[in-house]
Amino acid sequence: MKELSLNILDIAENSIKAGATLTEIILNETDDILEITIKDNGCGMDEETLKNVVDPFYTTRTTRKVGLGLPLLKLAAEQSEGSFQIESSIDEKGHGTVVKALFNKKHIDFTPLGDVISSITTLIQGHPECDFLFSHNLPKGEIKLDTREIRQILEDVPLNSYEVIKWIEEYLKEQYSEIA
Amino acid sequence: MTVKELCDSCSFDIINMADPDREVDGCYIGDLLSWVMGRAQEGNVWITIMSNVSVIAVAALSDVSCVILSEGVSLDDEVRKTAEQKGINVLSSKENTYMTALQISGKI
Repeated sequence: MKELSLNILDIAENSIKAGATLTEIILNETDDILEITIKDNGCGMDEETLKNVVDPFYTTRTTRKVGLGLPLLKLAAEQSEGSFQIESSIDEKGHGTVVKALFNKKHIDFTPLGDVISSITTLIQGHPECDFLFSHNLPKGEIKLDTREIRQILEDVPLNSYEVIKWIEEYLKEQYSEIA
Repeated sequence: MTVKELCDSCSFDIINMADPDREVDGCYIGDLLSWVMGRAQEGNVWITIMSNVSVIAVAALSDVSCVILSEGVSLDDEVRKTAEQKGINVLSSKENTYMTALQISGKI
């Protein structure tokens, strides 16, 4: 994908399909490195499935033969001489999946992060019943959004109402401009 | 023109010839797999320098008639085996992508 933010969107959609009520998207960034972590509390995968998820011909979908979200994220990380890891648990007490991709920002084949704000708002808009924690740690400060906090303030207003989505977008933009 | 005829007429190397009689129809060039996935058309020849297993997946998904790896790129054994299993035609050209496109131009 031309932007890693689209990849993040794709992976987070997997989390939601796995029944996650909370999906955490954590970006840790220095001048040299970008680390993307997507952590969910979905149903998780057994060992056999986990072995196959980066195989593009393996997918739990029945409508098409290949699933490319994870293989493409792995490829993008490896292209920048970074790394890719996935862990998952189906244990009743702590089920869920953690995807971690490390990118070398200085590498010429590094895929830019792109419009991550739009990925986050798209996720919330499409899945107002799910919670998302977004955190972007940059050398100059942290950008943070937790839909659980917003939900408490909003009470019965759905998260995907136009005003709320607009507000979230502005709120994130403001945080980025403050540390720019 | 079929993939075999194209291969013979341009002297490409065969990496995997699963369906020599597949008709070729047009061409798409690109290395960013997610981009190619939404744009390469059924029957196209797809020219790329990428050689990981996802190339085979994208070729299967877009139903291209064959993949031509330019710049003398080849496939490692494991990826070649996947191409075999999935019945994907893969050829290789020693020329760069532009010259490879010129070679097939007018023939397809």
